[in-house]
Amino acid sequence: MRFAFSEDQAAIHDAVDSFLTSISTSGGTRLAMDDGTGLDRPLWHAMASELGLTGTIIPESFGGSELGAVETAIICEALGYQVAAVPWLASAVIATHAIARGGSDAQRSEWLPRLAEGNAILSFADKGFSCQNGLVSGTSRFVPQGCSAEAIIVHADNRVYLVSTDTEYCLMSPQTSLDQTRPLAKLTLDHAKAELLAAVGWDEIEPLAWTAIAADALGGAQACLDQSVAYVGERVQFGRVIGSFQAVKHKLADMLIGLEQARSAVYWAAGEIDSDGDDARLASHAAKSFACETYAECAGHAIQLLGGIGFTWEHDAHLYFKRARANLSMMGAPSWHREQIAKLILPEDLCA
Amino acid sequence: MRLTYTESERAFRAEAADWLQSALSGEFSDLRGLTNRVSAPKRRLEWEQHLGQARWSVVGWPAKFGGRDATLSERLIFAEEYAAAGGPPRLNHLGVELLGPTILTYGTDAQKSVFLPAISAGEAIWCQGYSEPSAGSDLSAIRTSAQLHGDQWSINGQKVWTSLAQFSDWAFILARTTPKSVGRDGLSFLLVPLDQPGVSIRPIRQITGDAEFNELFLDDARTAADNVLGKVGGGWEVAMSLLGIERGVSTLGQQMTFRNELDAVMAAARRNGTAKDPLIRQRLAQSEIGLRLMRFGALRMLGGASDNQTNAAITYKIQWASWRRSLGELAMDVLGQEAEIAPALPAGEYAMPMLTELFLSARADTIYGGTNQIQRNLIAERGLGLPREPRGDLKG
Repeated sequence: MRFAFSEDQAAIHDAVDSFLTSISTSGGTRLAMDDGTGLDRPLWHAMASELGLTGTIIPESFGGSELGAVETAIICEALGYQVAAVPWLASAVIATHAIARGGSDAQRSEWLPRLAEGNAILSFADKGFSCQNGLVSGTSRFVPQGCSAEAIIVHADNRVYLVSTDTEYCLMSPQTSLDQTRPLAKLTLDHAKAELLAAVGWDEIEPLAWTAIAADALGGAQACLDQSVAYVGERVQFGRVIGSFQAVKHKLADMLIGLEQARSAVYWAAGEIDSDGDDARLASHAAKSFACETYAECAGHAIQLLGGIGFTWEHDAHLYFKRARANLSMMGAPSWHREQIAKLILPEDLCA
Repeated sequence: MRLTYTESERAFRAEAADWLQSALSGEFSDLRGLTNRVSAPKRRLEWEQHLGQARWSVVGWPAKFGGRDATLSERLIFAEEYAAAGGPPRLNHLGVELLGPTILTYGTDAQKSVFLPAISAGEAIWCQGYSEPSAGSDLSAIRTSAQLHGDQWSINGQKVWTSLAQFSDWAFILARTTPKSVGRDGLSFLLVPLDQPGVSIRPIRQITGDAEFNELFLDDARTAADNVLGKVGGGWEVAMSLLGIERGVSTLGQQMTFRNELDAVMAAARRNGTAKDPLIRQRLAQSEIGLRLMRFGALRMLGGASDNQTNAAITYKIQWASWRRSLGELAMDVLGQEAEIAPALPAGEYAMPMLTELFLSARADTIYGGTNQIQRNLIAERGLGLPREPRGDLKG
């Protein structure tokens, strides 16, 4: 048992971190917000072409690097730190995971090489659909970056379907969304032809998806803490830097306490997934609920500590605050995840 | 990252489990499941010695001092099996978990060969003399003095909140060896035998009804000149490293006690039906998450030395203390008024059932070893680099 990054994992961590620090900018994110796509294309293409980040969970035979959940979490964390406007979570993690795991050879050959190159963008719809005779119907208003997606992974009754968006039976429309870096589109399918990804159930997709969202939250929470610490170390009031006041220090200490636990949660869950452990579900429920709540607290504290400047559109604090809020609700609220843990630790037949 | 166990780790687990099961279902079955830290001290002393004879007392120490050179994983495994077998609280936990590792770091060869085997064999039980009436959170305000007379230190002063002193043979204390020094300078870390005329011990009764803490009066108490750990005048550094250990490895064993406590709360909730209450379920799940994250936090901080691991270490004390306090509150909500009734005792005596005692004893957790407020200062100053608290000039 060893709970620390391997040398390779540490190297990936450093490479992704320094790459994103140099290339992901608030300006790029703002352009993606303003044009309504939530897609920072230059960043996305650089991720694909320079580091191959769009193919990290794709088997090598399809052009990817076939890395595990820990590496996925490392990349999610780094992107979350930048609150980057890219469809990495929806396309490169969740949709890709579904096809890599559940697709036939033909489906994998069709999609994975293009996903690896970053030339195909997909998204997912986790609720609101049913399937009859191979035709999927329903509506979801919560499809991340859906308007950029050429196909959608759709969950219906624990089965996983692949549906092209380029048909008359599919209607995708943009919506003004709380988090403009990951806007939610409205998807309506009316007896749309769907391909079953036969080898996987939705419940097998979930642990990695929850863990990836949690890792995004972890990175975002760390960014909120770092920006707050920098600010309170410079801002002077009453003749002192405000970071010397205990009320301020203790708030920041609480952020770090939450963050450290969130970090344990994310990498515990990722490690469980990679080792196919018995606790993979429990750990990813824990990570999703804990890290997302920590992010929401840290993002809220950051706005409070930054004072008026944190409430301006110009400052990035609101991007983190909105992403944090969106992560809380995406794929199950914290209380729902905790109830799932309660079901695991308190089996019904043992209750009085 | 590897969350699975190797063949040899599994073999180690089986060996530890076998030994613990047989000891705690045979000769020491009366100690099985004991949670109170002051009851049955004689039997628990025998248990220390029994562990020592079989080399299970200090598995992480070098073999020449009575240990097994166990890896971190093996220490974790032993702690898990110890708790699973219902092992009692260690009477010598301050010696085994705090002083021993500090001697391994700072001790001379002579000190190692004298003190370490005695700890592992259960022949010397240790307590910790840090706090004083005027030196609590501000530990560096220590007034207890020690002066060298020939080949002996003469020690004068008063220590307080000294856990388990009434069962101990030795105390490790911080004393001012440079007269008129202030703050962290001029302190030394002394090892002091307790069975002597200059030492008197007075138990302090706590809100649980037990007396785990004591006052320790030092009135020309003596110890040999070479019973200084680290440099004379360098006691602060040694004491701080020990507090680091307190936040580190020793907690792996403690977490297993927490596991048993959480299991007891869950069992109570199932028995009385509150396990169906959605709000109770949320809190039980939260406790489960908190405990798991403590485990992986401890593993992370012990796994290496990067910044993240330092932060994991520095946030750990407040994390477990707050977790246990919440668990105590949850236990009371699960049990309701039932928790308030104990088996009958003679008038004037007071002992509550296990989960009620958890509720009460947890109130100390967020105070000793650095209060939650001091922890937040430490985290902000050392973890985040924020300015230090200014000192006032009042005398306590």
